[in-house]
Amino acid sequence: MKIQSNDFSKIAKRAINDPDLQAAVSFGTNLGYTKRKAAMFAESLEHGEAMRKQAASIKRRALNQLPDLLEQAEANMQAKGIKVLWASNDTEANQHVLEIAQKHQVKLAVKSKSMVTEETGLNHALEDEKIEVIETDLGEFIVQLGEETPSHIVVPIIHKTKSSIRNVLIEKANMLPLDDTEEMTDFCRQHLRQKFLNADMGISGGNFIIAETGSLCLVTNEGNGRMVTSLPKVHVALVGIEKVIATVEDYATLTQVLPRSATGQTLTVYTNIINGPRYANEPDGPEHVYVIFLDNGRSKIYASGYTESLACIRCGACLNACPVYQSTGGHAYGWVYPGPIGAIVTPLLKGLENSTPLPNASSLCGMCKEVCPVDIDIPRMLLDLRHDLTEQKRSPKIWGLGINIWAKINKSPHLYKLSGKVAALFSKLLPLKNLPGPLAGWTKHRTLPVLAKKSFRGLWQEHHNEKAENND
Amino acid sequence: MSLPKRESPKNKRVSLFVTCLIDMIFPETGMSVVKILEHLGITVDFPMEQTCCGQPAFNGGYRKEAREVAIQFLKAFKNAEVIVTPSGSCAAMIRHEYMALLQDNEKWLSEAERIASITWEFTEFLVDGLGITDLKAALPKPEKFAFHDSCHGLRHLELGSHGRELLKNIQNADLTDLKDSDVCCGFGGLFSVKMPDISGAMLQKKIDNIDECSAKTILGGDVSCMMHMNGGLEKQKSNKRVRHIADILAEGLPGK
Repeated sequence: MKIQSNDFSKIAKRAINDPDLQAAVSFGTNLGYTKRKAAMFAESLEHGEAMRKQAASIKRRALNQLPDLLEQAEANMQAKGIKVLWASNDTEANQHVLEIAQKHQVKLAVKSKSMVTEETGLNHALEDEKIEVIETDLGEFIVQLGEETPSHIVVPIIHKTKSSIRNVLIEKANMLPLDDTEEMTDFCRQHLRQKFLNADMGISGGNFIIAETGSLCLVTNEGNGRMVTSLPKVHVALVGIEKVIATVEDYATLTQVLPRSATGQTLTVYTNIINGPRYANEPDGPEHVYVIFLDNGRSKIYASGYTESLACIRCGACLNACPVYQSTGGHAYGWVYPGPIGAIVTPLLKGLENSTPLPNASSLCGMCKEVCPVDIDIPRMLLDLRHDLTEQKRSPKIWGLGINIWAKINKSPHLYKLSGKVAALFSKLLPLKNLPGPLAGWTKHRTLPVLAKKSFRGLWQEHHNEKAENND
Repeated sequence: MSLPKRESPKNKRVSLFVTCLIDMIFPETGMSVVKILEHLGITVDFPMEQTCCGQPAFNGGYRKEAREVAIQFLKAFKNAEVIVTPSGSCAAMIRHEYMALLQDNEKWLSEAERIASITWEFTEFLVDGLGITDLKAALPKPEKFAFHDSCHGLRHLELGSHGRELLKNIQNADLTDLKDSDVCCGFGGLFSVKMPDISGAMLQKKIDNIDECSAKTILGGDVSCMMHMNGGLEKQKSNKRVRHIADILAEGLPGK
């Protein structure tokens, strides 16, 4: 996927001025936020917090043991007849899938929802080789028809209203002008059913890989994931290396916090634990199962100070809770992963030079950390990335200069007092309605506060003298 | 990083860190804090060498500059027994960030730790530090209030109900709810000028909620957020305002 994160403010501005997008995103994020809270704390506040703590430590433990767990997962998968491949970057991953497709003479592939395939641009790579690829998650299906990109990790078309979805289906899939949501969904269902039956290959992502059993875990709500992984004769799963966890017991905790955080469900409608291709005595299932582990920058993050970001289970809770995401929608973030976690992962995977505005796309309100089911300290990492930006001299020079002067003033009480007096005088003599230059944004939406005629230290001095007199 | 253990601040001299914004823009709020503390019989001093806590530089990623200003803070408060500040975000800066910021600085690290352990946000000092929720205050006539929970106070210092508890005990003060009171107003320091449109959109949502709120006065514990919200309210010619909890408490103090 082409990155355009450096245009964050420009795309965000467009989104802020798009009333349909605002209504859709506001509705979707509010719903997600409210349902998460209800589901996470359905038993009690303590229980919800305990689950979060447990999930957080499970993912951290898995990260600590990551190289070992990956080897263990590979061995256990191979023992079950799953072919395991490794891809160090997007091109290698796509090449693996392409070779598998060619080997099995695949003409049509059906896909369930997967963010890593967005990361590698798999659909285009396959289409370039004349292999038809169909997204079967309802949201992703609409995204594909409309030639868009997902704007949310869990709800890909959170930015769209019902009428804009309807238009896409009429224009791109020859749907009759239906207006009833159920009828529209049924149309998609019929449309996709034939694709499932005709497909030669199913492509999925993976929510978790359990190392001790060599299992691939997938959670979905529409059942498309189950069809993708069981109907075609070949199933390929592309998963990030950070998805591996140690035990089934660990999975039991994570499979509770993921749906609660993502969609406010205590359990998703479909939970698939895939343990290899069809056995001789089984009536259905794929003949071949491939799991491709994707690095694509992850081991670089693993070795950096940002390892914790790899604990993310892609639930999207931080997107729903973030007031910045709520205002901008997901496309502004300019790459695969939007919202607070995207503001960290994008610079880490694609470089700060390609995503300079993202670490600053936050008021540091802390909502993201509060709702994160694995307690990732996103604000802390945003601060660290901001520091990286200044170290790499990627912050605008004017801010650096401003902060430099500010620091000179504030480390000298004498200069501080003097500049306070000068500023107060200016504020009185030259009351500004609109600030100039890089500060102009403030006065666009707010009045400028007036500096007090007498500073606190002045008032304090008076108060002090008064008290002294009274004591005399 | 967990906060350092703290001793009770009772019966100790309080050094007021008034914050740069209060010093220059809202000095009356600083005086309100002084009045309340002195009313409680506390000895208050104001170290004249104080400037800013360093937060603007730290949040902007300018750690060298933040460190320099933090050291100035440590110098200014070297004789402090207890530090009280009417700002959740400045208190969070001192308590959460100073030690990490100075972890490689042998000369200042232990002082940073000491300072972090004696620093209290104003409402936290009253409620948790002194165990006081009732100042026996009364307003001259009934007035309705709602709270905006500033992010740093709420999520970094876990100041949930402190302000509300203090307000509940003021005679004639009626408390109501502000919708989404725990959602950021969009200030975020430099964020508001670096990304003014997004900050403005967040501010607009806050203003809409304030407009719908039955209280005319919204209370908060951070003048930076207050300045931001009032800037928006004034620009839109709203008659509602956000005020610091200390100002309301001081107004209602007995004997005034």
